Amino acid sequence: MFKKYLLSGIVAVSMVACGNAGNDETETTASSSKAATAATGRDQIKIVGSSTVYPFATTVAENFGRSTSFKTPIVEATGSGGGLKLFCSGLGDNYPDITNASRRIKASEVERCAENGINDIVEVKVGYDGIVVANSTKSDRMELTLRELYLALAKDVPDGKGGLKPNDYVNWSDINPALKNTKIEIMGPPPTSGTRDAFVELAMEGGCQTFDWIKAFKKTDKNTYKAICHAFREDDGFIEAGENDNLIVRKLNANPNALGIFGFGFLDQNGDSVQGSIIDGTPPTFENISDGAYPVSRSLYFYVKKDVVGKVPGITEYLTEFTSVRASGEDGYLSEKGLIPMNAEEHAQWQSQVLALETLSLN
Amino acid sequence: MPDYILTTSPQMAKRHARHSRFQWYGRLAIAISISFMLLMFTAIFARGTGAFQKTMIAVDVEFTESVIDPKGTRVEMDLKQGNYKPLILSGLQQVVTGATERKDRNRLYKLVSGGAVFDLGERVAAKPDMIGTTQRVWIAASSEVDLYIKGKVDPESDEAVRRLKDQDIAWVKLLQEDGRVKRKFNRVFFTSGDSRAPEMAGILSAALGSFFSLLVCFLIAFPLGILTAVYLEEYAKKNRLTNLIEVNINNLAAVPSIVFGLLGLAVFLNFFNLPRSTPLVGGMVLALMTLPTIIIASRSILRSIPQTTRDAAMGLGASKTQTTFHHVVPLAMPGMLTGTILGMARALGETAPLLMIGMVAFIVDVPKGVTDVATSLPVQIFLWADSPEKGFVELTSAAIMVLLVFLILMNLFAVYLRRRLERRW
Repeated sequence: MFKKYLLSGIVAVSMVACGNAGNDETETTASSSKAATAATGRDQIKIVGSSTVYPFATTVAENFGRSTSFKTPIVEATGSGGGLKLFCSGLGDNYPDITNASRRIKASEVERCAENGINDIVEVKVGYDGIVVANSTKSDRMELTLRELYLALAKDVPDGKGGLKPNDYVNWSDINPALKNTKIEIMGPPPTSGTRDAFVELAMEGGCQTFDWIKAFKKTDKNTYKAICHAFREDDGFIEAGENDNLIVRKLNANPNALGIFGFGFLDQNGDSVQGSIIDGTPPTFENISDGAYPVSRSLYFYVKKDVVGKVPGITEYLTEFTSVRASGEDGYLSEKGLIPMNAEEHAQWQSQVLALETLSLN
Repeated sequence: MPDYILTTSPQMAKRHARHSRFQWYGRLAIAISISFMLLMFTAIFARGTGAFQKTMIAVDVEFTESVIDPKGTRVEMDLKQGNYKPLILSGLQQVVTGATERKDRNRLYKLVSGGAVFDLGERVAAKPDMIGTTQRVWIAASSEVDLYIKGKVDPESDEAVRRLKDQDIAWVKLLQEDGRVKRKFNRVFFTSGDSRAPEMAGILSAALGSFFSLLVCFLIAFPLGILTAVYLEEYAKKNRLTNLIEVNINNLAAVPSIVFGLLGLAVFLNFFNLPRSTPLVGGMVLALMTLPTIIIASRSILRSIPQTTRDAAMGLGASKTQTTFHHVVPLAMPGMLTGTILGMARALGETAPLLMIGMVAFIVDVPKGVTDVATSLPVQIFLWADSPEKGFVELTSAAIMVLLVFLILMNLFAVYLRRRLERRW
């Protein structure tokens, strides 16, 4: 009797199995025999890191996988810091070969890598990314300075007497009478986002440092400096709109008075319904971001372990594809996904440097 | 009971009123939850059904040898990587005669999917005889054209707000007049992995990833869970230790799933060095998560089996083990399986623990076993919902539909087992 039920149990398993993926049993037995051999050597590139670089890395990975005989690399979005942590944890099959980063690798991370036996790292510059402060095309384009942006967004603002007061600016005209007389409403990414980190570092600190006495804290009291410059206001002047930039764009269309903070890629895709504000006199255009004139822009990188070249198949070819003109060049397919490419000269220089596998030195 | 006696007193009238009022509250509650469910389903179906069809464009491609295989070697890899773009473009230009300038040609080429060249490459590699002939091939249209054909782009709206410009729409109309545009069943959606281009993205690798994870999960959780439950219920003495174990199992059932992910990261990946992003580790983590559910369900089933069954077997001289495995466990099996399937259905919808072990990733290749890297269905839904391209909206809903179908199948199977095998006393 028990056997009968056990049998029905086994039938049940296989039925669940088949219902789930339309797969037959032969494949599962094949997989279990393969499990024994898969532990030795890896034939697929593993990439982790920044979610800002993720759309570009996945696009290259897909094109690379389709146009060569190598397997398509696996790309995980872990964030720049998380990616570098995994990357520097060790050499071997279970550690990623490449990590994407929306900032440059830090000296402490290079040290960590070295502790775990990763001495030679190849740095690859992907291109540039700008963070825009945009509003709907239904209203006028804003013209702001970093200082005004900081004053609009910070939790505490200077009270003009050498101290701080809680941010009480309600309308833009309260900050600067020349600005329009509408309510300050800014939508931006949550603290988990890399875009938020970069925005804090470039725009908030940039505005913060226009006050000399706050700037002085940077050397003497780092924590106070951070508390002043990094904290966002918690009233309805700043609204955390989630990681989904699509949503911010849609909300901007619904509310022409609001501003939104997001990556240039989304401005580029939706340039017909939203417009980027002019910051410190520079509009966020392709050219201004790529030559660094636009203040809220950063470089994107990825890092490769030199030791895996020749061990994991396809690394050199992946680097060739990523640094080719048709991918990351001025009219490359990555620019359609919102990447701001380097100019031809810089691109060529990085290309030759990367393909020669020159190792990184931070000095 | 005669009604007239009861309704005479005012208290009784109140009692009856309360009775019927409560019934109405219940009905209202059901109606509200059903309407929420219907709202959700209609929203998903309205958005998702479009994804099961996709737009194809017929192009007369002249398979010129000098372009595809200039050396005439017919090596498979060379054929796959041949330069098919000019061939497709000149095929399109036969219909759209106006586009000759570089800028126009680029726009014209964007009407077809970026994956079309790879598709042609595979066809030619499979049948090298095609070289030298001219054939009409159906090529996938780009996601923008697809959305337009499905009526999701309003051509009356301001041109500046659209990604598909008036010029593009005029070209699509030219192709349509020539009978070169049609909607076909979206086979790619069921036969390929993820892609950055909506028209080339598919659910297969995620579905197989879920399948392999659940397989591993079942193989680990089912025997472990059943054995634990049988031992605790039939053999173990009731003392402080078993009480402690019981409390712990009940606690584990309520632990948030992300915690199991962290455990998996620390133990399976960092300590045992199992491969990251694979269904093997995913299944092990999900098994940890479903184990308590299975144990609790199985124990309550075992408890519901009448003591008389055991007494009768013992009375006839069966040993404790014979009683348990010849009588109690077979009677409890349908209930245990139901508990297991329901636990696995929950595991199918889980993303949080998979995040920690690297299964939330862009994976194109279709996994062939438990040690190949893979994602799972809910992870794929999450990744697509986050993509900026508009074409992913319908894919997201379609993937939700696929997931729902699997969940319903699993739950129906659990109901079937219960109906079919359960005994009542």
